[in-house]
Amino acid sequence: MDLSWMGWTVPTAIFFISIATALVIMIIWSIKTPQAPRVGILRFETTPGDRLFISLLGSAFICLGWLALFGAPLWWALLVCFLYALSVFRWV
Amino acid sequence: MNKTHNQKAWFMVLPVVLLVAFSAVIPLMTVVNYSVQDTFGNNEFFWVGLEWFEEILASNRMHDALGRQVIFTTTILLIEIPLGIFVALHMPKKSGFWSSICLVLVALPLLIPWNVVGTIWQIFGRIDIGLLGYTLDQMGIDYNYTQDSFAAWVTIIIMDVWHWTSLVVLLSYAGLKSIPDAYYQAAKIDQASRLSVFRYIELPKMKGVLLIAILLRFMDSFMIYTEPFVVTGGGPGSATTFLSIDLVKMAIGQFDLGPAAAFSLIYFLVILLISWVFYTVMVHSDKEAGL
Repeated sequence: MDLSWMGWTVPTAIFFISIATALVIMIIWSIKTPQAPRVGILRFETTPGDRLFISLLGSAFICLGWLALFGAPLWWALLVCFLYALSVFRWV
Repeated sequence: MNKTHNQKAWFMVLPVVLLVAFSAVIPLMTVVNYSVQDTFGNNEFFWVGLEWFEEILASNRMHDALGRQVIFTTTILLIEIPLGIFVALHMPKKSGFWSSICLVLVALPLLIPWNVVGTIWQIFGRIDIGLLGYTLDQMGIDYNYTQDSFAAWVTIIIMDVWHWTSLVVLLSYAGLKSIPDAYYQAAKIDQASRLSVFRYIELPKMKGVLLIAILLRFMDSFMIYTEPFVVTGGGPGSATTFLSIDLVKMAIGQFDLGPAAAFSLIYFLVILLISWVFYTVMVHSDKEAGL
């Protein structure tokens, strides 16, 4: 099967592998210690899966904002994203 | 009670997972790959990093198209939702011959394919042979949607209202029909005015379907392509070039796959964010209502 039209690169592969890994970790985590949905600072019920989604979507916008304001590289933006994801999992 | 845990039913979802992977996940991955590279065709790619994203985020062309898109979507939502509710309130409440006739008439525009709707309005608005354009012209009103951007906007907005208000009407009507008579009787005993019946009985009961209507109309209008493409082609100039029209011009017209991929990812993220907000509000309000 020729997949050259997909134009794979190492960074994009790492990007997708990390998302897939995050999903697998979330599955294992929810099997080991099942968690009930809880109500956080956003005033609605969220499951750990919802929090992962909010983290990823928010991180995408943080990176876009960083690019618009400061430009590449995104290393510091990734740090901000990580802190953001931690606070989402803690408080949302 | 001992429950047997059997998760084999999950295999039932496998076909749809494969289908979605084939039709959505793989193309999306490809778009992500394209967004960080440049290509001149022939499957040869050159790494450019995040250059396209920076270029798109800073480009006036994208900002303008996004601005036009937001204005368009807000305008049609502000017209279609109140108009849809208004029409639904005035349709016959009792099931019978007249309500069926009304429902069929209302549903008709929804059955017409997008490109046909575009063609209908494109001809309808022409000054030489179109009924609307000719009439307006004879009345001395300066109307030419191919040259005047205001006329082009009015044409496209009226076309969208004509095509999609029906959806809001049908959803609101379904919401209205589900209100038991007892509510109206109670309102009558309390001598409630027509306005308070609407405000305290009909509107709260329609909330769920209205949220769905707003969500559907938002998503559909935010990715509108065919109708304005057929009527104005994004013109005059770029007065009606909405996001998807601009995107297609970039991707297929200019074959700038890299910038177009970056553009579509930003577009996708915006839609994902707003749809998620709507969805959360919808699920949340359902839970509050105990549904």
